Formats: sequence, structure tokens, C-alpha cells
Amino acid sequence: MEMNTATKTLGATASGSRAAQLGLVALLGVFVIGFLGFSHMDVVHNAGHDYRHSMAFPCH
Amino acid sequence: MSIFRSAVFTAAAAGLLAGILLAALQTYATVPLILKAETFENADGGGHHHGAPEAASTDASASVPVAAASAGEEEEAWGPEDGFERFAYTTGANIISGFAFALLLVAASELAGGIRNWRQGTLWGFAGFAVFTLAPGLGLPPELPAMPAADLLARQVWWIGTVAATAAGLALIAFRGTIPLSVLGVALIVLPHIIGAPQPESHESPVPADLHHQFVVAVTVTNLIFWVALGGIVGLVRQRFFGQPDTLGASIA
Repeated sequence: MEMNTATKTLGATASGSRAAQLGLVALLGVFVIGFLGFSHMDVVHNAGHDYRHSMAFPCH
Repeated sequence: MSIFRSAVFTAAAAGLLAGILLAALQTYATVPLILKAETFENADGGGHHHGAPEAASTDASASVPVAAASAGEEEEAWGPEDGFERFAYTTGANIISGFAFALLLVAASELAGGIRNWRQGTLWGFAGFAVFTLAPGLGLPPELPAMPAADLLARQVWWIGTVAATAAGLALIAFRGTIPLSVLGVALIVLPHIIGAPQPESHESPVPADLHHQFVVAVTVTNLIFWVALGGIVGLVRQRFFGQPDTLGASIA
């Protein structure tokens, strides 16, 4: 029983760090997509205009 | 190698390839329709400018006033020149976005234990397509320039909310495996469509309906190919960066 608890704790820490790193990866993805597809800056809109339309992001 | 590095490398490899593929598909399937639609665009029609002023269409069905001269009158933000420069920016945006979508796909699939092979990868690709193209496209179909649309911010909020709800709903159905949670998952997927996407006051548009329909099909199909390719490539390359799928993560699924 005690060994079981120890194993669980170890597993939880390892998967916690793993989940945190993967969360960071996802956050990076969200940030880049937000900039490319959702930024209201005119320059970004103009540069990515055809891309935004072709990805069906809300545009204009 | 840390999980973070493995994920970023996997996403970079898959995103680069799928992004180039998508850029090539768009060059033939969607961009020509965008350029065609721009010929219907009223030059004074709100905040949308790039490069050359739009020429008025010769199409008799377009009731747009021939007033293409306003482009130089007010100061415009920079935009790429039509032609190669514009193509290059579109391609660049596609490659960077391929990487970004790949980061999301890799992060989600690793949390579920990692993709085992390319066929399983294509299933993750279909999920990405459902989340990022299909669900938001039901309420906000792909738009062409010159088409009327509701307030931009409201549409962006609905789009993001729909993507988040659909992703959460799919995850509940796929990874929680109980009937009540699956029902909740379906409810989450349906909810944004009950709320409804922000719509323009009138859908009357100078863009012919068949041109728009072609565009909706082209956008949907090109994105489908992109997502399936992205998932498949992630499935092919992930073991190079991650090693064998681990059993710890697999128990989450």
C-alpha cells in the first residue's frame, strides 16, 4: 500500500512536469496563431490577408 | 531531450511540410477566388486595403459604383505588393501557421499518450480539422473580400469560443469514456451553434453566390488536406524526437 502511494506520487510529479511542458508548447501555438490570424494591426492584416481568408479566420 | 524540445522539433518538421503543402494548395484553389472577389470590392468599403487599388468589375451583376480611385487619398498601412511579394507573405504565414497548429496538435496528442503511427496521426488531423475549420465554419463560413460581415471582434470571440468548446467536447468524448461525459461533450460542441455566430445585418453582397460557394468548398477541402497531412506527418516523425510512445501518458487516454 505504501509503495503504491510512493509510486503514484513519483508518477504524478513526472507527469506534472510533462503536462506543464506540453502546456507551454500549446501556449506557444496559441500565441502564434493569435498573432497571425487575429491581430488587429493593419500591417499584420495586410501581410497575411490571403492567408487569413483562406483559413476562414474572421477578417476585416 | 526534454519533452518541450521534442514537441517543438516534431511540430517544426511536420508544420513546415504541411504548411508548404497548404500554401501550394491555396495558390491554386483559394487565392484566385480571393483575387476575383476583390474585383467586386467597393474601394471605399471599410478598412481593407492592399497594394494596388481594386479595379471595378465589368460583371454586369455587380452593382458596385465604379470608384476605385480612393486608395491614394488617405494614408494606408503597409501591405505587400501584388504578385510575388504578396504570394511570399501568404506562403510565409502558412508555414508559420503550420508550425503553430502543429504545436497544438503535438501538445494535445502527447497529453493523450503520443501518436503511435501515421494512421493514428490522420485521426488527430481529422480532429484538428473539425475543431479549427468545420465547427467555426458552420457559423462563420469562409468569407471573401467585399462580403458583408458582423463586427470583427464579436466574430473573433465567437470563433475562439467555438474552437475551445469543440476541442473540449471532442476530448470529453474521446478520452473520458463515460456516457454522461460524452453527452456533455456533444452539448459543448453544439452550444456555440445554439448561441449562434454574429451575422451581418444583411447578407446582400456584390460577390456572386456561386463564387462564394466555390470559395467555401475550396477553403474547407484545402484545410482538410492540410490537417490530415499534418497529423499523418506528426505520426511519422514523432518517434525520431520522442522515442517510443510512453505508457505513463497512455494511461490518460
